[in-house]
Amino acid sequence: MHDMSAPAVHHHAPPTGFIRKYVFSLDHKVIGEQYYALALVAVYIGLVLSWIMRIHLAWPNFAIPGLQLLSKTGAPGGVMTPEYYLQLMTMHGTIMVFFVLTTAPFAGFGNYFLPIQVGAEDMPFPHINMMSFWVTFVAFCFAIAAFFVPQGPPLSGWTAYAPLSALGSVAGPGQGTGQVLWAISIGIFCIGQLLGSLNFISTTLDMRCQGMSLMRLPLSVWAWFITSCIGLTAFAVLMPACILLILDHVAGTSFFVPSNLVVNDQLQPHAGGSTLLWQHLFWFFGHPEVYIAIVPAMGVVSHVLITNMRRPLLSHRVIIYSMVAIAFLSYMVYGHHMFVSGMNPFSSIVFSFPTLAITIPATIIVLIWLGSIYGSKLRINTASLFALGFISMFISGGISGFFLAQPSIDIMLHATYFVVGHFHLVMAVAALFGIFAGTYFWFPKVTGHMMNDTLGKIHFWFTFVGAYCIFMPFHYLGMAGNIRRYQAFVDDFMAPLMPVHKFITIAALITGAAQLVFLYNLIHSRFWGKPAPANPWEGTSLEWSIPSPPPFDNFDGKLPVVYHDPYQYGIEGSTGDYVMQDSPEQINSVRDEK
Amino acid sequence: MATTVHEPPKIKSTDEILTSHGGGGWHDQPPSPGSLRSVYDSSPASRTGVWVGLAAITMSFVAFTSAMIVREGASTDWRHFTLPSVLYFNTLVLLASSVTLEFARKRVAAFLHGEQLDRSPSLTWLWTTLGLGLLFVAGQFVAWDQLRAQGVYMASNPSSSFFYLFTVLHALHVLGGLAGFTLVLWRISKPVPTLRVSTLSTVSYYWHYMSALWIYLLLLLWTRI
Repeated sequence: MHDMSAPAVHHHAPPTGFIRKYVFSLDHKVIGEQYYALALVAVYIGLVLSWIMRIHLAWPNFAIPGLQLLSKTGAPGGVMTPEYYLQLMTMHGTIMVFFVLTTAPFAGFGNYFLPIQVGAEDMPFPHINMMSFWVTFVAFCFAIAAFFVPQGPPLSGWTAYAPLSALGSVAGPGQGTGQVLWAISIGIFCIGQLLGSLNFISTTLDMRCQGMSLMRLPLSVWAWFITSCIGLTAFAVLMPACILLILDHVAGTSFFVPSNLVVNDQLQPHAGGSTLLWQHLFWFFGHPEVYIAIVPAMGVVSHVLITNMRRPLLSHRVIIYSMVAIAFLSYMVYGHHMFVSGMNPFSSIVFSFPTLAITIPATIIVLIWLGSIYGSKLRINTASLFALGFISMFISGGISGFFLAQPSIDIMLHATYFVVGHFHLVMAVAALFGIFAGTYFWFPKVTGHMMNDTLGKIHFWFTFVGAYCIFMPFHYLGMAGNIRRYQAFVDDFMAPLMPVHKFITIAALITGAAQLVFLYNLIHSRFWGKPAPANPWEGTSLEWSIPSPPPFDNFDGKLPVVYHDPYQYGIEGSTGDYVMQDSPEQINSVRDEK
Repeated sequence: MATTVHEPPKIKSTDEILTSHGGGGWHDQPPSPGSLRSVYDSSPASRTGVWVGLAAITMSFVAFTSAMIVREGASTDWRHFTLPSVLYFNTLVLLASSVTLEFARKRVAAFLHGEQLDRSPSLTWLWTTLGLGLLFVAGQFVAWDQLRAQGVYMASNPSSSFFYLFTVLHALHVLGGLAGFTLVLWRISKPVPTLRVSTLSTVSYYWHYMSALWIYLLLLLWTRI
C-alpha cells in the first residue's frame, strides 16, 4: 500500500527549554493542558466555596474554622456575615461559570483535540493561542485578587445586576474595588475567549487534512466549532458591558445608575442611567453562555457514547443540525431571565416562545442518544457511565426548564431555589459530567497512562447519587417558596425547610469529598497508571491513530488522509469491528459520509 | 445493501499546496521571485482569522451602539453638542491612509515577486500609511483636547460619555493596526525580507475595516451626539 499522506510543513520548530516547552508554549496540546489545569484549580476553589456556603445555610451560627483568615470583617470568629455569604456566592458562581464550565470542556479539550481530530499539526495562529491562555490566566488572577482587597469580593452575584454593581462601595462591602476587579477580570476573560474562538474557527474551516470534509468531522469538533461561533458574538457583547460598568465606577459616568437613587441615606451622584440596559447586555451574553458550557459536553458525550456503543448514532447530520439550531435560537431566548424585571409583558411572550422552541433540538439530540443506545451493547466504563450520567442530568434539569420558560409560572419561581436547582442540574452538573467523561476517555491519549477504572466508578456513583441528593430537593424548596441568595432562612414559612437544607449540606460535603477520589486518581494515574496503548477504546477518529501521548507535531511529519466518516463501527474491518478514519480500506457502508 | 466504493481522494503535492491560490495557513511561504502570486493573495486561515476577528469587533461596537440608543432614550439628560471640526480632517487622513495602503500593497507585491528589485517604493508607501495613521491618532487627541477646552469631559453628559468611549476605543484599535504595520515594515526591511503576502493582506483588511468603522462612527456621532 503506497503512502498517500501529504507531507507536512512545520510552522514552528520543536520547543526547547522549560519555559518554551511548558510555560509559554505554542503547542496546542500544552495550551489545552494548561487550560485544563486552570479549570482544575478553579473547580476546587469553587467547590470549597460551595461547602462554606452550604455549611452556613444549614448551620448559620456555626464558626467555620479558618474562615476568619480569609476575611476578618467578613467572618469574625469564623461566623460569616450576611454580606460575606453573598460575596462567596458571587465568586462561586463567577469562578464556576467562567473558569470551569467555559474553560475545561471548550478551551481545555478543544485546544488539545480539535487540531488532531481535523488532521492538523497545530492551530493556524499559535502565538494568539498562547496569548489566549495567558490572558485567561491573568483574568483568573484578577478574580482571585478580589478576595484579598480590604472589603473583599463583590456581592452582586455572578450576574452583577446594576445598580447594585455600579454604585461603588456605598452599596456594600466589596462593591468598590472588588466589583471593579471582577469587571476587569471578566472583561479580560472575554478577550481570551475571543482569541481562542478565532483559532478554533480558523482551524475547523481551513486546517482540515485531505479527505476531511465537514460532514466527516467528529461530533466533538462540530460542538467546539459551534461553541466558538456562539462565543464570538456572546463575549463580544459582555466585554462592552464590563467596560461600561468599570466606567460607571471609575469615570463618574451613568450608564446603569438611574436618577434620584438613595442608598444608605445618601443621594447618589449618578443620573439618567438604565438598570435594564445592564440586564439586556448581560443576558444577551448570559444565555448563549450556558450553551457555551453545555454544547462542548454534548459533543464529548456523543463521541464517547458512539465509541462505547460500537455503532454510530441514528443520525450524524441531525445531531449537527440540532446543535446549530440550539446555537441560533440561544440568542432569541435571553429575555426569559428578565420575565419579572419590569419589561412589557408582551415581550415576555416573545421570549417565552423561542425558549420553548429551543427544547425541540435539545430533545431531538437526547432522543437520538437514547434511541442509539437502545439495543446496543454499550461498553460500561467510567467514561461511558459519565456520558450516561450527562444524559440523565440534562433531562432532569431540562424538564424544570419547561416550567421556568412560561412567564406565568416564572413569576412564582423566579429567584427561588427552583431556578438554582434547574441550572445546577442542566448546566453545571451535566457539563461537569461531560468534563469527567472526556477526562476518563482522553486521559490515556494525553498522558500515555490509563486511569484506574475502579476508582473512576466509585467517583461516578458517589457523584451521580450525590448530585441528585443535592439538587433535586432544590426544586421542592423552590416550590415551597425558598428564596435564593438568602444567607439564612428566618421567615416562618421557610423555617420548616431547614431539615432539607441540612440534608443537602451533608450530601454536598460527601459528594465534594468524592471529587478528591477523582483528583487522587488523576494524579496517581498520571505517574503510575498502567501504560496505555495508542487506541485503548478502539476508536476510529484521528486522535487514536497517533501514539499516546502524541508527538510534538501530532502526526510525526505526515499529515493523515481521511477516507471515511468518523464513526465506522459495526463494520468488519481488518482491525476488528471498526475502521479508522484514515484507513484506506474499502468498506461497504450506507452511512459513510463524503 | 448499497455498496459504497471509495475513490482515493486527490492528493495535492507539496508544491501544489504551497503555490496554489490560498495555500494552507502556515504553509504560506514568501513567494520566490518569478512566481505568479496575486497581490491580494492570502492564505485561507489568515483570511478566516481576520474576518472572525473583525466579526468580534463589529459585535462589540454594535453592543456599544445599542447601549447608546437605549441610554439616550432612558432619560431626558441627553445633551447634544457640536463635534470638533478636526474630526473631519482626521477622517480624510484615515481615508487617505487606506489609499496609500493599496499603493503600498502593489509595490510590496512587485518587490516580493521579484518584478522590482528596489524595495524603496514599498517602504515609502508603507511609511506614508503608518505616518497617516499616526496623524489620525494625533488628530483624535486634538479633538479630545478641544472638547476638554470647552468643558466637555467623559462624565459631563451621557452624550459626551459615548463620544469619548467610541473615539477612544476606535483609536485603540487603530493603534493595534499600526502595530501590525510596524511588524510588516520590520519584516520587509530585513536584509532578507521575511514578509508574507498573507501578513500584509491581513493587516490591510484590518486597516480598511478601521476606516469603514470610523465612517460609521462618525455618522453615528454626527446624527446622535
